[in-house]
Amino acid sequence: MAEINKESKHVKHVEPYSPQSGTMIPLGTQKFLRTCVLWQLIRFVAINIKMTILIVKSHH
Amino acid sequence: MARLVILGAGVAGHTAASFAAKWLSETEDEVVVVTPNALWNWIPSNIWVGVGEMAKEEVTFDLAPVYEKAGAIYKQAKAVSINPEGSADTNKSFVTIEFTGQDKEGESENIEYDYLINATGPKLNFDATPGLGDGNGHLGEHTVSVCTADHAIHASHVLDETIEQMRKGERKKFLIGTGHGMCTCQGAAFEYIFNIEHKLKEEGVRDMADMTWISNESFLGDFGMGGLHFNMGGFVTSSKVFAESLYAERGMDWIIGAHVNKVEAGKVTYETLDGEIDEQEFDFAMLIPPFAGVGLKAYNKAGEDITDTVFAPNGFMKVDADYTAKPYEEWLPSDWPRTLQNPTYKNMFAVGIAFAPPHPISKPMKSPNGTPIIPTPPRTGMPSAMMGKAVVSSIVDMMKGKTTEPTHTSSMAEMGAACVASAGKGLFSGTAAAMTVFPIVPDFKKYPGTGRDINGTTGEIGLAAHWVKHLLHHAFIWKAKLKPGWTLIPE
Repeated sequence: MAEINKESKHVKHVEPYSPQSGTMIPLGTQKFLRTCVLWQLIRFVAINIKMTILIVKSHH
Repeated sequence: MARLVILGAGVAGHTAASFAAKWLSETEDEVVVVTPNALWNWIPSNIWVGVGEMAKEEVTFDLAPVYEKAGAIYKQAKAVSINPEGSADTNKSFVTIEFTGQDKEGESENIEYDYLINATGPKLNFDATPGLGDGNGHLGEHTVSVCTADHAIHASHVLDETIEQMRKGERKKFLIGTGHGMCTCQGAAFEYIFNIEHKLKEEGVRDMADMTWISNESFLGDFGMGGLHFNMGGFVTSSKVFAESLYAERGMDWIIGAHVNKVEAGKVTYETLDGEIDEQEFDFAMLIPPFAGVGLKAYNKAGEDITDTVFAPNGFMKVDADYTAKPYEEWLPSDWPRTLQNPTYKNMFAVGIAFAPPHPISKPMKSPNGTPIIPTPPRTGMPSAMMGKAVVSSIVDMMKGKTTEPTHTSSMAEMGAACVASAGKGLFSGTAAAMTVFPIVPDFKKYPGTGRDINGTTGEIGLAAHWVKHLLHHAFIWKAKLKPGWTLIPE
């Protein structure tokens, strides 16, 4: 039996030529970063800054 | 003494009432809030109630003590009609209300006003789709809803029963999305399907579920705003790719451009933009209903019906928008209202869902059979609160005699919005999508190509967005309860 490529586990549920095969699917690094607490703490600050700028720009 | 009457105490109405009561507290002026509900509901968190992660008590609180503390007069009643010119007996404008609580159920009262804010929100028009409603305007028996806290509790119970059957080995079909071709609020359904998927994983039954999204959007990620474009990884990326990726990652199917025209036990019938009529079976379905105005009537001094003058045909109040019918190619940001003032009666304003938008934001589309399948513009949450504050700022300036014209504006073509869609509730499990968009209504002259500021329109997925969702939940409930420092929390 052929060995399954390590990164292919992230896309093995996608059928070729299905609508799902026409978009981007996150691989291991991306998924890790999404739940990496240190990285997400930085993103938390970044999101709050972005939202604050948005609020300031929106009040007239 | 002048009186401001606010109809509705949702996000827009409650924001307006809170600031009005604070800013007018040193005057003789009165603030009267009329709402049929005894409870305030932080609707975005109904999603978590709908998957059993939160109790109703965590997303609601009693309004009466909050208004007593604020110094506003609270009437638990629904507005029935408006007499902006008064009547044969009085020259003062008044609104007729019918009590739903406070031991006065069914009693009517006329409340005179100097200024009126219509923030009644929507009527959940379940009956627009046969089978989605019960024929009396309420949720039908075949599907569930997360539009109210009570609906969400019911949804959670049905979900638990479905999961229990899956544990016994039964494969189940989930169908989540919009229940009509003219729905808005795709974001709520979007968040709900991801929370259900997360819950099924946690319960260990995800492999027993076939999950399908059904929506009136012409493409995934339209969100009733014609989609948006993010700056991601050095590319301008469409929300279509962003949304499709979320579904594809989780192995969920999608049906788009769909007008659900009939709901039966375990089955919906729908028409698509290419004219096909098809069916989709389900064991569990949550379909958002279309919204309509709450059915307020308006009468002139002679008692003649002027509802058509004050309200658009869909029941939403006309404001300072350009309602001239024109093709999509001629739509302009300036079509959108800025002061939210009624053009005929200058002491009336409408905010949040209650104002009549000039046209959709998404490009209008029809099936070959002529069925319109167009997401209607979202105007809940953050935009609602900003409108509420801007309008009440103008009114307070007028009540204090500083001006005779509105001093503040709040156009959806000049404001942004933030949206956080969770998938789960844990602080260290699940992820959420955080999106910002600026402006809500695209401006293709100022921002050619995408219609939006690429630097102000962002989207990302991760735990951090979960934390933001938690932060917003607690911050906005704190603010709505008018607890210390509430004015420091921005809309």
